[in-house]
Parts: sequence; C-alpha cells; structure tokens
Amino acid sequence: MLINGVEIEDTFAEAFGMWGSRLIITGANERWARTAAEAATGLATSIIGCGCEAGVNRLADDEETPDGRPGVAALFFTVSRSSMEAQLLTRVGQAVMTCTSSACYDGLEAEERLKIGGKLRYFGDGFQGSKKLGGRRLWRVPVMDGEFVVEETFGVAKGIGGGNFFIMAEDYPTALAAAEAAVDAIGDVPGVILPFPGGIVRSGSKTSSRYKGQHVSSNTPYCPTIRTVIGDTALRKGENAVLEIVLDGFSEEGMSRAMGVGIRAACIPGVTRITAGNYGGTLGQFQFPLHQLLKA
Amino acid sequence: MGCVSCTGAVLDGNVLTLVRREASPEAVDGSGISPDRFLGKSAAEIARLPARLGGREVTLGDLFAIEGFHPEQIVVRGDVRSLTDLGRGMTRGEVTVLGDVGPRVGAEMRGGEIVVQGAAGDALGARMRGGRILVEGGAGDFCGTAAGEPGQTGGTIVVRGPLGKEAGARMRGGMLVALGSTGERTGADMEAGTIFVAGRTGPEPGLGMHGGTIVVFGDAEPPATFDYACTYQPVFPGDYLRELRRWGLAEEDGGVEGAFRRYLGDLDSVGKGEILVRDQS
Repeated sequence: MLINGVEIEDTFAEAFGMWGSRLIITGANERWARTAAEAATGLATSIIGCGCEAGVNRLADDEETPDGRPGVAALFFTVSRSSMEAQLLTRVGQAVMTCTSSACYDGLEAEERLKIGGKLRYFGDGFQGSKKLGGRRLWRVPVMDGEFVVEETFGVAKGIGGGNFFIMAEDYPTALAAAEAAVDAIGDVPGVILPFPGGIVRSGSKTSSRYKGQHVSSNTPYCPTIRTVIGDTALRKGENAVLEIVLDGFSEEGMSRAMGVGIRAACIPGVTRITAGNYGGTLGQFQFPLHQLLKA
Repeated sequence: MGCVSCTGAVLDGNVLTLVRREASPEAVDGSGISPDRFLGKSAAEIARLPARLGGREVTLGDLFAIEGFHPEQIVVRGDVRSLTDLGRGMTRGEVTVLGDVGPRVGAEMRGGEIVVQGAAGDALGARMRGGRILVEGGAGDFCGTAAGEPGQTGGTIVVRGPLGKEAGARMRGGMLVALGSTGERTGADMEAGTIFVAGRTGPEPGLGMHGGTIVVFGDAEPPATFDYACTYQPVFPGDYLRELRRWGLAEEDGGVEGAFRRYLGDLDSVGKGEILVRDQS
C-alpha cells in the first residue's frame, strides 16, 4: 500500500489490555487548567518505568466542564485497578490539588469506581465539606487560595495500551515533521493519548538485552547509527531517522481512527516507510493491521 | 422552560388531563393525584378513585373531568388554588399544573418532576427527598418544609418568583433555588444542603444554622452570630449552575463569575454553616 508515495507495510501493531481513567481538570483559565493536567500527567510515558501512561486530551466538542470553567481531560492508563488508585491518589494529590485554582472531576462514566477525592479530603484536616449533586459527591478542601474541589470517586474502565507505528524517513527533519503532523492529527481524536514527550518516541525499545538484569534495551534494529554493525537491522539504505508514535485509548475504534489519521498525516515527501511494532501476535490482546485501518 | 417532554405530550394528546370542574373555596386533597397512584389505570378507573373535598369523601371524577391515557404525564388545569398536597410522595413521572396551586405541592416527593406554571402555596416540597419541582411564579412560606417540621432532605426545588419566610428551614439535603427573593429566616436551622438566592434574602438568613450553604447573588445581611471569613471565588456554585443548565433551568454559559463574601455560623449553634454573599463592590 502506498499513501502519497509512502510505503505502508502490511503488518500490524500489537497492543495490550490496560485500565483507564479520565479526569476533567479545570482552572481559573486555560493556562492553569492545562498546567495542572500537564503536571498530573508528567513522567507517565511508559508503564514499565513510570507506573502509568498518561496524557492530556481535549474535551469533546459538545462537552462542557462540570463547573463551567476552562478545562481539559487527562487520561491515565495502568495495568490494574489497584495501581490506578495509587497513581491517581498521588498525581491528583500532588499535582492537581497543589496547582492554583484547580478542580478535578471524573470524566468517565464507568460502573467501577475508585475512591480518590474521598481519600484526598482528609487533607482538609476536618474542615473539608462536601456537596452531593446529581448523584455525585464533591469534596471542598480548604486550601490557601480558596477551595480545592475534587470528586469523591473516579471511574475506571478497560482500555488499550501500546498501539504504535514507526515513521522511517530519509533524514531527521523529515521524520520530525512527519511525526509532528501525526501528533497534531491524533490530537483531534477524543479518548486517545500519546503518552511520550510531545507524543513522539525516539528511544523505542525491544524486550531483550545482552546485559543481565536489563529487561529492555534500545530497539537496535531501528537505530540508524549502528545499521551496519548489527546483523538484524530493519532499516533500508537511505533511511536515516525513525520516530515512533505510541498510543493508548479506551476503545479499538478510537485507537484505529487515531492511528489512521496519524499515519495519513505522516505520509509526507521524504518519508520512506511506515510500519508497526508487534510480537508476532503472541503477547498482545489487540492487533491493529495497518492496511485494514487505513481502508476504513 | 420547564417540562419539555410534558409539553410535547400535551401537543400529541397523550397526557392524562385533569380539568377542575368548578372552583371551590374548600380544600381539595390532591395527595392522590400522582403518577404512582394512576399507573396501570384507565381514565375511567382514575375517575373512580376516592378523593376529599373539605371534609367530604368524593371521587376524583366528581372534582375533575379526566381524559387521556398517559398516567406518568399528568396535566392539571382549571382553578386549583384550593388543591393541596398535589403529588405527595410521588416517585416517578411528571405532573404539570397550568396555573396557580395550593399548599404542600410535592410534599415528601421522592422522584419525578412537578411543574407549576403559576404560583404555589405554603410548604412547597415539604420534606422532599428526591425529584424536581419547578414553579414559574412565586411560592408561600416554609418552602421545602412546614411550620415546625423537618426540612427537605433531597431533590431540587426551583422557584422563579418570590418566596415567603423560612424557605429551606431545617433543610438537611438537596437544593433549593430561588430565582427571586426570599423572606425572613431563609435557611433557618439548616443542617445540610444548598440554597441559592438570586435576589435578596429577608432578615436573619441562616439563623440557627448547623451546616449547609446559602449562596446569595443579590443582597443579604447575615445575623450578628455569623463571622465574616474571607472574600473568595468559590468553584462549586458553577457545578450547580451546570446541573441546572442540564435540566434547562439556567441559560447562561460558563461558570459562576465573581467573588463572594463567606460568613460562617450560626455561632450560637454548631457554627458549621456558611453564607456566601456575592461581593457587589
């Protein structure tokens, strides 16, 4: 398959089941809503090293924030419900509550609930109060600039982590421009995040190492600087830079849509190929065949 | 505004309509007029249900001309100013009154919706536990409660016109929204819940308040037994505004702007109540 002269390999991205939560974080203005969300989703690139994968997502077109103030969605993905609770307690408590003017609401209608605000309320030292509104309980915790409003519970639902595609290009500026275009395009898809810095991964990994105790290592087959000294390079002559896009989301449909718009946006002159990472279909619960999702 | 689904039903003639046959100064006990009681019955069967006019036992059919067949969407028409306890304890459905109505509408209501397109009498939504009441006009004294009785514990009451004395008194939960002004002792002896007053409150709002919140957008003078704490910008009123907007009861976009003066009291009581008065300076 060719898109704008760029070869799309006939392969698939292999992804895994995760648990996801969606928080709506508001602030006095867009700047502080985003600041709180970016702090809460910071250092959450890879589940392996960070305990969760997270990112900021815009609200849906017809969605308004619970308190009517400017806000954004923050999505979190972990391997279990219990680890989600631990992550949210830390991240909401340390990064949202501490951010001036912020408030934090559940943004996911899910049956399974995690008690987050209901635990963070104790920060109020007995002076916290609550309001029950439309079946939800909101806690008002006194803080130095007024009150931190946080919802008692947050929904947690099954999600998908590790969707991916690789952009191979003739040079780094082209790879970067293509990856940026992909990130911008995917940013319009609600319910999907790109957890790595700026949405782009430069240090893709493989699940093996020559060092004892090191479980992952650089994805050497895709590293151009050592192409000639390894026996299993995946790069062709003329491919001098590779960037990867990694996606997490709540649904296969959303992930497919995001990958589709991202790949199409990345097909610019100078990009040689787009492929995806998998383990032969042996490890992941989900498969995203590139040709199939691009035909949809 | 109001009961959108009901309005649609009026147009297609599906609603169950009760038209008062003739006005009477004697009280008509309307506690039997509720979707719960009408469910599964035809208009003829509903007409045979017992009712009370003054001290006399009559049937609903004696008092109202009844037609239509949707017992969960009831419209009451005619001069029903002497109708009391309409929808008492109802748990579901919609009741619309096309005009003024008497006291204790929606008392002990648990669910569903009542819309009064005129004014309502005293003790509107007394001891209400759930559901919604919207009154397009004003309402009498003791909204959400009754003299000396416990107050509202849940649900939402929205009144567009003025409210009488002791609105929200002894409230223990839920929301009372007065889009006009309120009389003396608004939220007196309140324990929990939230009262919004768009206009001004009468004297001594929150007197004896143990807990809960009174938010005043107009003017209010808390009793001397309340302490001024600070002037700040609370976030949570915006959450209520959005909820009201979701029900079609508020139209403006955005959150609640501006700063509020926060008073804590009543210090003669437990003192855990709060009155927020929008800062006009």
